[in-house]
Amino acid sequence: MSEEEIFAEATSVYDNYVEALETGTFEALQSYSRNLSERIIPRGVETHEVVGIVLLLRDVLARSLFAKYQEDFEKLNRILDAYEPAANRIANTVAVGFVQERERIIREQQEAIRELSTPVLQVRERLLILPIIGAIDPQRARQLTEQLLRGIRANRAKVVVIDITGVAALDSNVANHLVQTVEASRLLGAIVIVTGLSPEIAQTLVTIGVDLSKMNTVGDLQGGIEEAERLLGYQVGPLGESGQRT
Amino acid sequence: MEVPILKQQHFLIATVQAALTDEDLLKLRDALVTRVGKARSRGVIVDVTALDVMDSFASRTLRDLAHMIRLRGAETVIVGIQPEVAFAMVQMGLNLEGVATALDLEEGLAYLDHRVKLTDFGDRSRRR
Repeated sequence: MSEEEIFAEATSVYDNYVEALETGTFEALQSYSRNLSERIIPRGVETHEVVGIVLLLRDVLARSLFAKYQEDFEKLNRILDAYEPAANRIANTVAVGFVQERERIIREQQEAIRELSTPVLQVRERLLILPIIGAIDPQRARQLTEQLLRGIRANRAKVVVIDITGVAALDSNVANHLVQTVEASRLLGAIVIVTGLSPEIAQTLVTIGVDLSKMNTVGDLQGGIEEAERLLGYQVGPLGESGQRT
Repeated sequence: MEVPILKQQHFLIATVQAALTDEDLLKLRDALVTRVGKARSRGVIVDVTALDVMDSFASRTLRDLAHMIRLRGAETVIVGIQPEVAFAMVQMGLNLEGVATALDLEEGLAYLDHRVKLTDFGDRSRRR
């Protein structure tokens, strides 16, 4: 922040503060704190900093009131009676504005992640792949299953390769969900091959005792696609020098 | 509501048209198990595309049906289970274990053709 920016910011904070104290209305302050949050959140300002500054401002003003009216104790008391609730409400308004703005951003991001989360892709006639990347929570797992089952129907898939190379960890709920997905796909007449189980995931699954006997697993995505091609009756190999199949 | 059973060469096709009561299901099971012998069929297709619910009784009956028909020397395929139905079923632990399933009627016919060919050339006693 440049010096002018700091000065401008400090002035508008002070103006808003005084206005809220004078008028007892908080609408302007609310929209100011929302606007402020929008600007400072991308800079990585944390909640404790915002709350700290607001409380500091409150205390500084209280001190100045003490200093000014220390002669007249009665008057000071009356002033503090009026000042304290208003100051607390200001602190409250600013902090809530900040947190709400942050939550709104988080919600937007979650929405965005969900939207681009998981494509169901057709790589060959009747062969789908479903690459899963990132953490899977129960909600996402459910959405994945729905997408996959619809994809099987729409593409008339016979074999599906689910690649979980990009998944760092699985808990027992999600693992069971995966097993259910495999079974549901079978009910639609499709075979599921799961690929890319990391050593850690393999260990977890065996330790927590998820029944994986019904699951076809292949080491990596390439192996999975080759296995799927075999199941579908494709023969894929390099061409000879003349362009003929060897 | 009665389920019509059509004979198509070596196969019997039963297409469920609307939700079935438990009694209807049992009737369907008995009719198919009887017809499969009379018609000397090699395979049975039960098309459940029209069902948007499959409870435990229905899936148990279908499983029993498949096992009975296997004992009568033919194969059974359940076809047309809707995605939502499939997921609801596995969540309730109803996974039609040991029963063949296919996407739709066409797939079911292809599957049975394949199975029948296998058994024509292979050893019939080795069939699962």
